[in-house]
Amino acid sequence: MRRWLLLCLMAFMVPAHAVLNIEITGAGEHQTPVSLVRFAGDVAIARGLLDIVGNDLVRTGLFKLVDPAGKSPHDPRDIRPSEWSGVEAVLIGSIESLAEGKVAVKFRLIDLVRNAELMSQVVTAKEDQVRAIGHRIADLVYERLTGSPGVFSTRIAYVSRDQGMYRLVVADSDGDNEQALLTSREPIMSPAWSPDGRQIAYVSFEKRRAMVYVQSLTSRQRTLIADFPGSNSAPTWSPDGARIAMVLTRDDESQIYLADSNGGHLRRITYSDAIDTEPSFSPDGKSLLFTSDRGGSPQIYRVSVDGGEVERMTFESGNAFSPRFHPDGKSFVFAHFSDGIFHIAVYDLDSRQTQILTAGGWEKKPSYAPNGKMILFASEVQGRGILATVSSDGRVKQKMVAQRGDIREPMWGPFLK
Amino acid sequence: MKKLILSVLLLNLLAACGSNPPKEEAMEPATTSAAEMSNAEAEAQAAADAQAAADAQAAAEAEAAMLEKNSVYFPFDVDAVQDADRETIVNHAEYLASHPDAKVRIEGNADERGSSEYNLGLGQRRANNTKRALVLGGASDAQIETISYGEEKPRCSEHNEACWAQNRRADITYSAK
Repeated sequence: MRRWLLLCLMAFMVPAHAVLNIEITGAGEHQTPVSLVRFAGDVAIARGLLDIVGNDLVRTGLFKLVDPAGKSPHDPRDIRPSEWSGVEAVLIGSIESLAEGKVAVKFRLIDLVRNAELMSQVVTAKEDQVRAIGHRIADLVYERLTGSPGVFSTRIAYVSRDQGMYRLVVADSDGDNEQALLTSREPIMSPAWSPDGRQIAYVSFEKRRAMVYVQSLTSRQRTLIADFPGSNSAPTWSPDGARIAMVLTRDDESQIYLADSNGGHLRRITYSDAIDTEPSFSPDGKSLLFTSDRGGSPQIYRVSVDGGEVERMTFESGNAFSPRFHPDGKSFVFAHFSDGIFHIAVYDLDSRQTQILTAGGWEKKPSYAPNGKMILFASEVQGRGILATVSSDGRVKQKMVAQRGDIREPMWGPFLK
Repeated sequence: MKKLILSVLLLNLLAACGSNPPKEEAMEPATTSAAEMSNAEAEAQAAADAQAAADAQAAAEAEAAMLEKNSVYFPFDVDAVQDADRETIVNHAEYLASHPDAKVRIEGNADERGSSEYNLGLGQRRANNTKRALVLGGASDAQIETISYGEEKPRCSEHNEACWAQNRRADITYSAK
């Protein structure tokens, strides 16, 4: 037992480099031409930063990187707009080495169309946190140019299955910097983020049946919160972080329950003789979407967190699974299964229309980025599970193919506060 | 519809319990063909002895073989135990009824056409319905634990019906004492 714990800790501390091939298709309706100038100062760090910021921006499909063509201004006064035709914004900056292996990175984003400074900031961090600094800069560039906060600094969780070993993995939103939170010979399912991004609830079969655990990402301590007879599964946090909805079969059928985040004060929410599962809170915390086959085939329903009347949301031909609200609460994404294939689809609550976003395949378990602009889901290439994303308008698609293993059950984490 | 299938099966089960199904039907000892021996009586005696020994061994083997068949299978998105698995259910129910100390764990499974959580629920339902059938056949509630692996432990991992059919099942496994 002790050795096993130690192995898990080591896995956490020595992140295996995810060797990912990222394939992007499609482009935003409008691509903003941006130039990134390599920052002054430490060349290795400057190159690393430029790579990360550039990759982050390109992957959204909303930006076109324009080569600075030899120009290397580090101060706004050195920029002559006439030399930057066709470029709407340019990122410049400098890196200053401080004591104790720290660096101060100053950066500015200049709007060349209006000849105005859009932002000017300094980030101080350790030299080995170049990735984090890069993602932070990309977040701010994205926000200034699109009006929505960037999600490059957020994290994702997923389960990887490789040669009979299951790992619960937390990684950067680009799939890199992966760290194993739990390694087990038995299946792991359904990771769910706490709203503050500090804990993950999940289902583990390590005691030979499905039980729900909550684990801290910082201390790595964990708590078993549901081990009733039968299956305990599908945890999801309320937006205020105080409660967890989950699915128990202790009263025979899979039904939805609400509990405190430590598992206490259990209260049953749904009463049916059907499978009610995959609860997902509305952003206001007042209602839950869930999957149920009470109407004969799996479709999406909604119920108040106080229980009571249940409203059917989808009437799709085929089946609907895994609903997740858009952060604005006006639509939800789900996995649609029809004619033998899965699609990722969005249901708009006002128009009551469903829009299919993807070409279809073995596509499951969608979740929104916290800014609502991208959807992460599980897909497949040559029989292996991979991570994939699609922009919420369906225009830009991305596949992240790991070199090995089978990736399942992804879930996009919240903004880090 | 699902409930109808289940109730038909249960009727059959009850009928089966009343009539004590013959267990020896498949047992043809392989050593009874010594037709050329001249002493007819000795031959008959030897054959009878061999038959008795073979019967005893065959009965033990038959019981083991019966219990070895421990999976029941389901159509797509169906959780009712099927008539095709009646014999498997009857065999295990009778064994459990006559061995009150025996305990089983029923593991429900599903194919991958659904979300993993829905499939976990479906596997649990299949396990629960298998348990109900065993209890109706004479097993006691306390002998049986039900769990689900959903689509997490596929016996076969390709995307085709031959594979999926193997994965839509419940396995009855006896706990080691």
